[in-house]
Amino acid sequence: MLVIHCPYCQADRPELEFANAGEAHIVRPDNMAEMTDAEFEKMFFVRQNPKGVNLERWRHIHGCGRFFNAIRHTVSDKFLKVYKAGESRPSDAEIAELMK
Amino acid sequence: MAKANVATRDNPTSGNRLANASVSIESAPPASRISFRATPKGAKDFGKTLDLDLPVKPGQSTSKSTLSALWIGPDEWLIIDTKNPIDKLMPRRENANFCATDISHRNVAFIVSGNGAENTLCASCPRDLSLSAFPVGSASRTIFGKAEVVLLRTGKTSFRLECWRSFSPYVWDLLVDGAHDAHI
Repeated sequence: MLVIHCPYCQADRPELEFANAGEAHIVRPDNMAEMTDAEFEKMFFVRQNPKGVNLERWRHIHGCGRFFNAIRHTVSDKFLKVYKAGESRPSDAEIAELMK
Repeated sequence: MAKANVATRDNPTSGNRLANASVSIESAPPASRISFRATPKGAKDFGKTLDLDLPVKPGQSTSKSTLSALWIGPDEWLIIDTKNPIDKLMPRRENANFCATDISHRNVAFIVSGNGAENTLCASCPRDLSLSAFPVGSASRTIFGKAEVVLLRTGKTSFRLECWRSFSPYVWDLLVDGAHDAHI
């Protein structure tokens, strides 16, 4: 079982307490009504799904209930970093540093 | 006038108890419970009203006589009083700093105690419940089998397990299995 660090509980918790909530840092636009169908589709449905490092939202649903963000490697399933919701996206350089 | 029909709330596992040489499990008597969501200020104010500071550290609880306050999330607490009626606990006035909901009848509890208590719970709970990782006074919402529960360690070998009322027969069955395994 994976052990995931929850930034709100500040502790490692078993995977079963968590739920994945899709890709992180997707900004909802203010002008949704003016978007073309193609733009809307891109924003609403199209996700990166990379083989490698992925930035994801997770929810500690059977714990503190909070959403947070995590950087996970989709091949090794290793969590490189977790950080609270609302914190800015780590730069590519920082992510590269975590990969080392 | 016809008599009003009053629905009685029943606990499906009321009166259940089991004991072997390692562990004893019993269904806890009814208690008053509040799900409390608040800003730090709201939590402080309610702590004064209750005369019991709400815990601010993750995974902690505070208690005083029959009253306990459990940290559930950064802005969420579970208040349990095993003696006083709910009217005495509920805040009189509402304001923007908190939200208190009476959940006395949503939850039921089991008291699990004895040397095998830890192993009984570990049979269905993925958490590390050893004394070093989950010391006395620790509280946490977690998962038990497939049911969401709240665990409170009340002593070295005693736990209070809160679950939703409709889940209690399921949780009870898992506890019985766990108690059996803990005894082997």
